[in-house]
Amino acid sequence: MRGNKASHGGLGLGVFLLMLPLLLWLLLLIVLPHVDMVLVSLRERIGFAEHRFSWMHYELFFTESLYWRTFVRTAFISIFTTFLTLVIAFPVAWYIAKLVRGRRRSLLFLACLVPFWVSELVRTYGWMILLRESGVISGLLQWSGLAAGPVEMLYNDVAIMVGLVYASILFMLVPLVTTLDSLDDSLVEAAYDLGGNHLSVARNIVIPHAMPGIVSGSIVVFMLSVGNYLTPVLLGGKDSMWFTEQIFTQFITRFNWEQGAAFGVLLLVLSSLIVWLGLRLSRQSFAETMR
Amino acid sequence: MIASLPLTRRFRWIYAAYVLVFFIYLAAPLIVVGVFAFNDSSFPALPWKGFTLDWFVANTPERTGLFHDRAILRSVGTSALVASCVTVLAVSLATLNAFLFERHRFPGKNLLFILMLLPLVIPGVILGISILIFASRIANYFDFNHDIFLDMLRPGLLLVVLGQFAFLSTIATLVISARLRTFDIQLEEAARNLGASHLTAVLTVTLPFLAPAIIGAALICFLMSFENFNTTLMLVGSDAPLTITLFSRLREGATPVLNAVSLLLMLGSMVLALVAVRVQKRA
Repeated sequence: MRGNKASHGGLGLGVFLLMLPLLLWLLLLIVLPHVDMVLVSLRERIGFAEHRFSWMHYELFFTESLYWRTFVRTAFISIFTTFLTLVIAFPVAWYIAKLVRGRRRSLLFLACLVPFWVSELVRTYGWMILLRESGVISGLLQWSGLAAGPVEMLYNDVAIMVGLVYASILFMLVPLVTTLDSLDDSLVEAAYDLGGNHLSVARNIVIPHAMPGIVSGSIVVFMLSVGNYLTPVLLGGKDSMWFTEQIFTQFITRFNWEQGAAFGVLLLVLSSLIVWLGLRLSRQSFAETMR
Repeated sequence: MIASLPLTRRFRWIYAAYVLVFFIYLAAPLIVVGVFAFNDSSFPALPWKGFTLDWFVANTPERTGLFHDRAILRSVGTSALVASCVTVLAVSLATLNAFLFERHRFPGKNLLFILMLLPLVIPGVILGISILIFASRIANYFDFNHDIFLDMLRPGLLLVVLGQFAFLSTIATLVISARLRTFDIQLEEAARNLGASHLTAVLTVTLPFLAPAIIGAALICFLMSFENFNTTLMLVGSDAPLTITLFSRLREGATPVLNAVSLLLMLGSMVLALVAVRVQKRA
């Protein structure tokens, strides 16, 4: 057939034209902007529109304890959030994949999806109404007599984590349900028949099988947490000390783009490193995980 | 611990209770947001002072309901405009990408595919600032060297559209590629054996087959653009989309008008989401 030559050949004109929009998009919106961000982070302003090469913005990051502490804190809370999300989501995923069938099952799955079609802003606002001093939970505690006065549950690390887990749990649930669903029940039965207990079956059969789902879920949850801005700012208040907040401050409030770009690069390095580590540990390819 | 294994009753109950608590956790914030849109009080908080529709329809000096709140209505329009542009751009590019990756073999294909996936692992804030920096560099270059003022490359709606387009294209590509992969190429070949040109065959056979995925991807893009915050925050100029307006209101101190907007936003996104699920399922 005539046109099919291009379909399987090398880099013909047709393929190139088809590729052109993708290349433009990649180059202009992804690659060049990030290269430029690195370049800007490596320069020092010495006058109006005059710059010279300098590492100072990275040096400042390591010498100013507020900056690197915020960075480390963001990383640790995000890792902990990821772990928490996995622990909370796994039993629910198992329940949906293995213990319910038919209509109930698709209903449960749909119910998991619903909150994530709602704007993150609305969800976070909901948590503010629930957790604040004049909020619903505080009101319920007083009404039931468990608390004498108003209880402030907003503006602390627990509130941030509750919000972060909530913001990203779907991205853990979906891959987990998918991988657990593909686990053949008879394998689990056989493992029990051979004398396994809950723990050994989980460790030798279930978790190895679910690993791809665990890894891709964890990667996405970590990324979403580390790059989150809304949840820490709104639920953590003034002292939330989140790294994206630092980036925002440098860019918008202080108009120090060089410093902000350096922070951006550092955050990008951190999140790429974790993604790479996760893939490495589980021996999976990036393209497969993301599909 | 599968359905076919005998489990103690108590264990089953505890397990079911855990799942129930989980779903309460999922639903609670959404329910309170919705409920307090109808509380007859100036603050979205307890105590419950009675049912009112004021936060939607009132137009008195004390209370301005959602439908009379100019700033919010305008930002809804802005968001819709941005979302429409982003959707058209992202879905068009994604359809081309799907054909490129599913139909053709060329050197560097794997690398290109990985590059295409990158936006998924770039935090939204960083995508925002990198585009901001790059656009400003171009604008500055023309400003200093050629006295041309490219105001559109300064923070504003064009940059917001580009920023969202940058990551939504990837998501749309994945959705459309997944469906194209299941297409039986023989159908297209049959059309061509019957005399159709390559283009006609694609337009009359392949695209209709892809339609559910294209519509689904478009709905997803529209919704995600409408609700995007992180990338938008860094690129926004004087015309604020809805999420940005809501955010600044929220920081000033929330009123139940925000609940009213949120409620409508929730209903809107759920309708769109259900349509998206339906369209995908029917296919």
